[in-house]
Amino acid sequence: MASEPSEQSPMAVKILIAGGFGVGKTTLVGAVSEISPLQTEEILTNAGVEIDDVTGVERKTTTTVAMDFGRISINNEIVLYLFGTPGQDRFWFLWDELALGALGAVVLADTRRLTDCFPSLDYFERRRTPFLVAVNCFDGVQRHSVDAVRRALDLDGRSPVVLCDARDRRSVKDVLIALVEHVMVLSA
Amino acid sequence: MTRGEHDWLDADAGPVVRPYAVTGRRSKAMPIDLVAFVQAVRDTSTGMFLLPEHVAILDRAKSPVTVAELAGHLDLALGVVRVLLDDLLQQRLITIKEPDGAGRPDERVLKAVINGLRAL
Repeated sequence: MASEPSEQSPMAVKILIAGGFGVGKTTLVGAVSEISPLQTEEILTNAGVEIDDVTGVERKTTTTVAMDFGRISINNEIVLYLFGTPGQDRFWFLWDELALGALGAVVLADTRRLTDCFPSLDYFERRRTPFLVAVNCFDGVQRHSVDAVRRALDLDGRSPVVLCDARDRRSVKDVLIALVEHVMVLSA
Repeated sequence: MTRGEHDWLDADAGPVVRPYAVTGRRSKAMPIDLVAFVQAVRDTSTGMFLLPEHVAILDRAKSPVTVAELAGHLDLALGVVRVLLDDLLQQRLITIKEPDGAGRPDERVLKAVINGLRAL
């Protein structure tokens, strides 16, 4: 800020990958990322978030929450970051930071335990973050139709539902493209 | 392994110092965005005592790098990285470019992202 940067920083675009624990978020990130998914950890203490100094609270519980993320260089100016949201409900306040300025979100769903993605849907609907639901078809088995999933999720009719294989690069690419196209329609 | 070393101290053991030990227990820092780009300022000397972690950040930030990537590569918690970045910023050893506001990307960016994804 004091002196001119010697190299122009690209623009970072964030997409969130949400869904229940173990649904394949990290697998999806790894399928398209140009780097092996990295992990960041946020430290939480039960003394509260707004503390200046941890001296004296060492004996209180501290825990860390991990978020996996990957990167896709779109061109020289734009870099896309995919952040897997923490799966545990109690760490939701971390999502607010992640969701700030995010382009949109992919809610990954497993039809064997569809209810696991309900909290994610509620969160993005409440925040008005554009999202789509990607049904992860494990083992290539499609157990339910897109319409059946849409009805079961009671979606508003605007957010797309697509099928995908979180392990497959092409499939994940299509999911991301569908999300960005959805965002374009919304902002048109 | 020589006598006196801890043979239980391997990668699986995880961190053996508490996270904020690095920062002298300071945990307050500016709220720097996860995808803010950090870049080291060239040819700058400082009177400040630099921790190995400061040096590692400066080394990684020779080209612009995000806060999240710094934390991931250096295996430091985000809160710790933010404190260290705050130190470096005050010494004018780095510049930080925050993302443009909280608004969503404009149409030009969205189109570029779609084209970039298609070309993958």
